[in-house]
Amino acid sequence: MSEKKREFYVVNHSVPRGDGVAKVTGQAKYASDVVLPGMAYAKLLRSPYAHARILSIKVGEAEAQPGVFAVLTGDRLEGLNPYYGHAVKDHPVLAMGKVRYVGEPVVAVVAVDERTAFQALDHITVQYEEMPAVLSVEQALAKGAPILHERTFAAGGFRGFEADVSAGRGTNICQEAHVTWGDADKAFAEAAAVVEGEYYYPMAYAYAMEPYVCVAEVNESGVTCYSSCQHPFIVRHDVAGVFNLPVSKVRLVVPFVGGGYGSKSYTKIEPLTAACAWKARRPVKLQLSVEEAVLTTRSDDALVRERTAVDAQGKLLARQATIYLNTGAYAENSPLVCEKAANRAAGPYRIPNARIDCYGVYTNTAPASSFRGFGSAQVTLAAESQIDEIAEKIGQDPLAFRLANVAERGEVFFPKSRPLDGDLKSDLKKVADLLGWDKPLPKGKGRAVGCTASDAGAYPVTSAAVRVHGDGSVSVLTGSTELGQGSHTIVAQIAAEEIGVPFEKVRVVGSDTAITPFDRSTGASRTTTLMGRAVLEACQDAVSQMRAMAADVLRCPVEEVTLMRGGVQRGADRLDWSQVLARYFGLPDGEVLGRAYLRKAGDLSQLPVFWELGCLGVQVSVDEETGRVHLEKLAVVGDVGLAINPALAEGQDLGAATMGMGIGLYEELIYDGEQLVNNSLLDYRVPRFSDLPEELHLALTENQDGVGPYGAKGGGEGSLNPISSALVNALYRATGVRLRRVPLLPERVWRALRDARHGRESCPAPTKQDAKSRREAG
Amino acid sequence: MSEGIPLFPLSFEVNGRAVELEIEPQESLAEVLRNRLNLTGTKVSCEVQVCGACTVLVDGLPVSACTFLAYEARNKKVLTIEGLAAPDGTLHPLQQAFVDESAFQCGFCTPGMILAARALLEERPLPTEEEIRASMDGNICRCTGYLPIVHAIQKAAQALRSRS
Repeated sequence: MSEKKREFYVVNHSVPRGDGVAKVTGQAKYASDVVLPGMAYAKLLRSPYAHARILSIKVGEAEAQPGVFAVLTGDRLEGLNPYYGHAVKDHPVLAMGKVRYVGEPVVAVVAVDERTAFQALDHITVQYEEMPAVLSVEQALAKGAPILHERTFAAGGFRGFEADVSAGRGTNICQEAHVTWGDADKAFAEAAAVVEGEYYYPMAYAYAMEPYVCVAEVNESGVTCYSSCQHPFIVRHDVAGVFNLPVSKVRLVVPFVGGGYGSKSYTKIEPLTAACAWKARRPVKLQLSVEEAVLTTRSDDALVRERTAVDAQGKLLARQATIYLNTGAYAENSPLVCEKAANRAAGPYRIPNARIDCYGVYTNTAPASSFRGFGSAQVTLAAESQIDEIAEKIGQDPLAFRLANVAERGEVFFPKSRPLDGDLKSDLKKVADLLGWDKPLPKGKGRAVGCTASDAGAYPVTSAAVRVHGDGSVSVLTGSTELGQGSHTIVAQIAAEEIGVPFEKVRVVGSDTAITPFDRSTGASRTTTLMGRAVLEACQDAVSQMRAMAADVLRCPVEEVTLMRGGVQRGADRLDWSQVLARYFGLPDGEVLGRAYLRKAGDLSQLPVFWELGCLGVQVSVDEETGRVHLEKLAVVGDVGLAINPALAEGQDLGAATMGMGIGLYEELIYDGEQLVNNSLLDYRVPRFSDLPEELHLALTENQDGVGPYGAKGGGEGSLNPISSALVNALYRATGVRLRRVPLLPERVWRALRDARHGRESCPAPTKQDAKSRREAG
Repeated sequence: MSEGIPLFPLSFEVNGRAVELEIEPQESLAEVLRNRLNLTGTKVSCEVQVCGACTVLVDGLPVSACTFLAYEARNKKVLTIEGLAAPDGTLHPLQQAFVDESAFQCGFCTPGMILAARALLEERPLPTEEEIRASMDGNICRCTGYLPIVHAIQKAAQALRSRS
């Protein structure tokens, strides 16, 4: 670790979370706890078909039920713009004319309570005409395949990248992304060794424990939504579009959010809830169940065909990958997932030649969108598996091979991008030490390391306001949402550090689009870097104003006023901020407003805002009798520049690694034909206490090399990305059997071990998603 | 509430206070606590008794309030997260330890997690790490990776022991 540039009072300390007491006493309010006077409840009738024309909807009987206030269908949205979507506007508020997946909302009933609304659904008759459906990428791309979206779309303002829109151009391709440099074909022809393979990364469910919920109110002031969402300003933009309102008339309030992990990025049920409130002329709550939440958003599953080449000296020469993402029925954020998957497929290595082609493909399945680390986890299974495969092929240790090929700090390893702003090489060494890389292992155990770099931070537009009150206390107005990652704690730490007041005197206000200044989003690990920096600059703005006020009350030039912690000094005179403000305003509680706007300029003009690094090592044991793979040792290094709150930073690393381990070992959403069969916690297995590894090492690298406050960079996704590949590689080193798909379910592993004993190639990536065989395998 | 369903009386104790209510027969304990008593600290997530978010204590034993009929709590003592701190607001050692150890992030699982841990510590005042992992296996946390929760429970056990 390099020497820290200054001494910190509050920052870089593991202060207890500002929301701690509220969360352990049950006082913390979530959107699911919001109740408005006169509030009604909505329930949804969902499509039983994957692809069907809606011939008629009969709702008269439902409307006549006692306690029912309104019934909403796709053709009762006159006066609204019924389509939304920040990338492409392909998503109807309710199905319009046809349905595109089993579970798509078709009718909403608003009633006096949930039970009445739910019972009224039975009194609705919908006539459908079934259409052929495409349930896999292969089916969707086949010649003459039925098309999900016939209309063309313009690119949305919040899409987040530059390429042409592919959606609605006569195929089921929602988005494609192509990345090339050097001459990959020539390099493969000249390579000393090549590995090649096909890999499958599954469909996953983030399981934010608070399912999607929204409470909406529509009146003369406009639309107000209390929502469990990550990006209130982008939701505001979409809702304003649906209702033809200026953004000032749309208010998104985000209380505490019960988990996000990307799944609450962008707009979900807010336009529908607001439309219900508009139709029923009263506040409406729409609370989804877990089963419905899975049908709202899942992750893109990915089929990746990849090859990797090295030269005779063991240097990486080229990578080529073709990636197919199953995007589901609507684009949501999958176009950006596609773009990011392409950017992240080559990995954080010095590779002179690359060609990556990525296709996000519409299918008649539940919509896919952001999931923690989006794109990276999907492509890293292939990319990091092949690093181990090629190292073995040329007789090298996989750690030594990585150290010889990984990008150096300061190196531009991805064209036209920010040079690597972290030290992966030393992170890898640290991980290897924590793991005991060179220590001998008994049979049936294996170790592996893995690393990733993600172009993170999204588009850098973020603003913040800081109010320094007359008594020296501080309010921070932040549009960043508190998802549990601790954003409200770290901005308070930064304000306390900069204004020079105790942490306890800072109150964080957020997020409320009517009050808190604009912030693009809370995702892509951007909050510490961008909101942290905006708050720091807003504090500096306030301090500079207060210094001028001090000069005014001291009747001297500003230059004679020296800053000290929490106030100013001039000769023997020392004034703290409350004294400065009291004397300046002449009455209590006069205040100063500091503000800052960040945009893509200066040191933020080069994207990505930062490279989010993932670096970890695993040790697994394999029970050959049952096929059970157990993670017994985990080492994670978070290369975060500077941890504003080390306990929170490490907590993010462990949380992300655990979530990634779940997908590596057990989690997979399964379609049986048109039907998603395991959208319940009874059938979808997430990590539990008993899965916690016996030995855990969490470490931070703090080189202050980020563009965030004090050199900080984001974290919280990195350790999810390489863990599936590390588990696969460790299983190989334990058993000599390589699987090219996860999760490593016991039966799948057991069959592979048995087949290996009988000399059969086992468990290749599925070339088509044959539900029956997948069910048997799962 | 729905029309036509006969209500019936429910008497029980919630957080040390006697409560008399008229409820519908199908109402779950979670519904009664959240909707009728405004005790929204009890969180509902999976609704199938898997995740443990809605855990409350009925006569000291943990139950999933999402699938526990309110009627089954008649004449019993229910403890929710709102009733755990001392009357003067002093946090219970478990609550304090969860804060000190950063044993939560989003906090949605926390009320159920703390009450399940409280039931564990009532039965085993100084549990081993293995006992904590086994006993808490019915409570899911999607944020933390569990380790800080194990530490918090160990810390609270020590605090309770030195207090008694």
